[in-house]
Amino acid sequence: MRSGPAVELRDVVKRFGSVTAVDHVTLQIRDGEFFSLLGPSGCGKTTTLRLIAGFEIPTSGEVYISGEPQGYLPAFQRPVNTVFQHYALFPHMTVAQNVSFGLEMTKVPATEIKRRVEEALELVHLQGMGNRRPKQLSGGQQQRVALARALVNHPKVLLLDEPLGALDLKLRKAMQVELKALQERVGITFIYVTHDQEEALTMSDRIGVMNQGKLLQVGTAREVYEAPTSRFVSDFIGDTNYLYGVVSAVRGEVGEIVVDADLRIWASLVPGVGIGQQVIVAFRPEKVALNVPEQEGQNTVSGRVRELIYTGSNSTFLVELTGTQVVTVKQPNTGAAFDPQVHAGDLVKLSWPIAASKAFSEAGSTN
Amino acid sequence: MQRALRRYPFLGAWLLLSPAATWLFVFFIAPLFIVVLYGFLERGTYGGVVWRFNLENFGRVFDPLYLNTFLRSVYIAVLTTLICLVVGYPLAYFIATRQPARRNALLLALMIPFWTNFLIRTYAWLTILRTNTGLINTMLTSLGIIERPLPLFGNDFAIVLGLVYGWLPDMVLPIYVALERLDKSLLEAASDLYAPGSQVFQRVVWPLSLPGVVAGSMLVFIPSLGAFVTPSILGGGKSLMIGNIISNQFLAAHDWPFGSALSTLMMGLMLAATLVYFRSTTRRGVQA
Amino acid sequence: MKSNRLETTTLSEELLAGRVRETWTSRTARWKSRLGNIVLSSYGVFGYLFLYLPILLVVIFSFNDSRSTAVWNGFSTRWYGEMAADEQVILALWNSLFVAIVSTVISTVLGTLAALAMERYRFRGQLAMDAVLYLPIIIPDIAMAIMLLIFFNLSGIGFEPWRLSLFGLKLAVPYSVIIGHVAFNISFVAVVVRARLANMDPSLEEAANDLYANQWKTFFRVTLPIMMPGILGGALLAFTLSLDDFVITFFTSGAGFNTLPVRVYGMIKKGVTPKINAVSTVMLGASLLLVLISLISRKGGEDKPIDLTL
Repeated sequence: MRSGPAVELRDVVKRFGSVTAVDHVTLQIRDGEFFSLLGPSGCGKTTTLRLIAGFEIPTSGEVYISGEPQGYLPAFQRPVNTVFQHYALFPHMTVAQNVSFGLEMTKVPATEIKRRVEEALELVHLQGMGNRRPKQLSGGQQQRVALARALVNHPKVLLLDEPLGALDLKLRKAMQVELKALQERVGITFIYVTHDQEEALTMSDRIGVMNQGKLLQVGTAREVYEAPTSRFVSDFIGDTNYLYGVVSAVRGEVGEIVVDADLRIWASLVPGVGIGQQVIVAFRPEKVALNVPEQEGQNTVSGRVRELIYTGSNSTFLVELTGTQVVTVKQPNTGAAFDPQVHAGDLVKLSWPIAASKAFSEAGSTN
Repeated sequence: MQRALRRYPFLGAWLLLSPAATWLFVFFIAPLFIVVLYGFLERGTYGGVVWRFNLENFGRVFDPLYLNTFLRSVYIAVLTTLICLVVGYPLAYFIATRQPARRNALLLALMIPFWTNFLIRTYAWLTILRTNTGLINTMLTSLGIIERPLPLFGNDFAIVLGLVYGWLPDMVLPIYVALERLDKSLLEAASDLYAPGSQVFQRVVWPLSLPGVVAGSMLVFIPSLGAFVTPSILGGGKSLMIGNIISNQFLAAHDWPFGSALSTLMMGLMLAATLVYFRSTTRRGVQA
Repeated sequence: MKSNRLETTTLSEELLAGRVRETWTSRTARWKSRLGNIVLSSYGVFGYLFLYLPILLVVIFSFNDSRSTAVWNGFSTRWYGEMAADEQVILALWNSLFVAIVSTVISTVLGTLAALAMERYRFRGQLAMDAVLYLPIIIPDIAMAIMLLIFFNLSGIGFEPWRLSLFGLKLAVPYSVIIGHVAFNISFVAVVVRARLANMDPSLEEAANDLYANQWKTFFRVTLPIMMPGILGGALLAFTLSLDDFVITFFTSGAGFNTLPVRVYGMIKKGVTPKINAVSTVMLGASLLLVLISLISRKGGEDKPIDLTL
């Protein structure tokens, strides 16, 4: 039983001419985990995946798979398999021939090929479709063939490059659940690239957030959502409220921030932030409560409701605090009928936990 | 070796390319240079070549006899191109405005004659246009419409007709491609902004189909300028173009240096035309 | 003015329903567009007639029972008989096929390799090579013909076909003609194959790599089968161009060597009889056959399973 990481990148840099696609990334992905690389287009997540797969070689740094440095090894000599964004199914072969391709290349005996192909097709619920051609299948089915084709080789690591991107919303959500279940069943390490933060949050054991080639934060879904360590991460994942101010006092890990003459709030400080620094305070809309009694450990401020937006499952309030600061509050519509207690123009009291607001320095915001 | 190929991929490229490249360099590029070179040499007394460099041959081109033919050839090529444009544009428009299913059939029907032997297509016009025994003249004289046969053969008219017939599909196809790519919503937008049909064409369709027009014109002009078969068969031995004169130098007059000079000049003319084409497309910032 | 945008059918429906009263402007616009359509369609018909009529006339008069190629005198197949009996014509036909087959094979191989190099690699001098590959396509026949003429003469390569005896058969290999045909066909094959390669999804080759196939296996199991329709298309094009070529063949053949187009030219110069029509009709039929073959192969190729026993 290997105790080391399934995949490791040590200070990997990849440059294409004058463009740095991957900028000193150090990362350890654990055996059997579902790890997502999350970030906007062009952030380097796909390049990182390709470095692991062997389609690109690092400009500097080293890629390790199961502890073995990969060096200049080409893709066909690495024990990993890829599910491509547009599936890359061989159009001139049947489904079964596609799935058996890797087995044929590694000279698995014919009888075993047959058995494993059937097994793989069953695993992705495509049993009996072996004789069809890729162009006869729907997008979702093609995707599953791509999965089967990769998994049948029992790779140590499965790399997935935005595989659900081409599917419609409902199908995508269904596939997310299926993929997660599949991973748990098969027990292989999955490295999943996506720009959809909801997808990453839903499926992953851990998430690595990337931007402009840099790996900004690695953590579980909860850690990344509740405790973002930079502006970019908190921005990219979920909705956030921002208040700008200066740190006026520090008490342990929390600090008092002066936003305005009449507005002082407390927030948990990101390490390295001290008195006198300009900071951005970030907190989530759903953590804010309306008109509840004051409590220890909570910020309480007053403001006027500017607008109420109905989004089906939630109500979103835009509340103006003193000055020009506007805070978004999100509340679920739990009543039997939609019956807002609060209307535009009302004066309200907002409260949210100090521990749930983070203060980063302005300079530390990576956009 | 695999390691080397991975580190220096261009080695693989040259390996693949070398047979074709060798063949082309030996049997195409080298002969090309030789032809240009020959233009500067002198003709030997018994038909050989004397290796004395001079510009005589290039000077002879300005002899009224040859200059005349050169200019006539350009004139014929330009005329052919214009007629192909006038005849071919509506045809391309016609095909582009049919239902998608029919378009493919129509394109195929357009190209089938184009894929048959050029010699035969030219011969066909010979049988139709000939002065005494051609189809048109025999029909018209037997019907009593005319007394003396019409001079449809052995002149520029026959040559232009033959060239237009031969190269028309080469004009229609690029224009069709340009028209087919046209975003139909642009036409609707123009209509929405009060433009009548004629203005929609003038201000939207024509400018956007221009790359196709230019491409088609190139594809017609160049082979027309270098025509050999058409004037040979339809020119009746009287109307000659550059191509025939060049051929004469090699087959009859045995003045290879002069023929080479003429050929070099002809190719120079075409190169100039092609450069004009490239500059016009890049200036518009459009790809044909 | 905006009524131009309404479809004729919708307008009629609306009219019938009495919901719209047609104005004079919109009625003239409708008739104008109808007229325009009629004019365009007739033009199209005439255009196609223009293209096909001469060819049809050649075919028709090949069956003419007289020496005229313009006055119909009754149906007869005697010219086909004369053609079949004409040794020179049959020899020329055989020569054409031989040259076409040999030059097609050579140029397809060379052109495909060149296409692979140009599409799958990036290297210095690629632009120059691109130009070299395109030149034979745009250069006029006569220029290329005399180029080769001078070259073969100067280099001493000559034009006399090699005479060999192969398995008891006497063959005349017109290498000068073949060399010329290959020279221009390489470019045409390369263009067609490059188009096919460029259209191919590059991630397919990566997928094969990912599934443990090295470069050779990837090429033979994935790249080549997918490229095949392009290669066959290029080969067919080369074959057609070689069969049809006149000018280059004319200038590069040795004394007395004829391909069919060269022979036909000679016949035309000697005197026009419907025998030429007959030969022409046969050549037209061959062209049509080649077109049909290319159509069928294109339709069937996509669905044919590829034999993977490599």
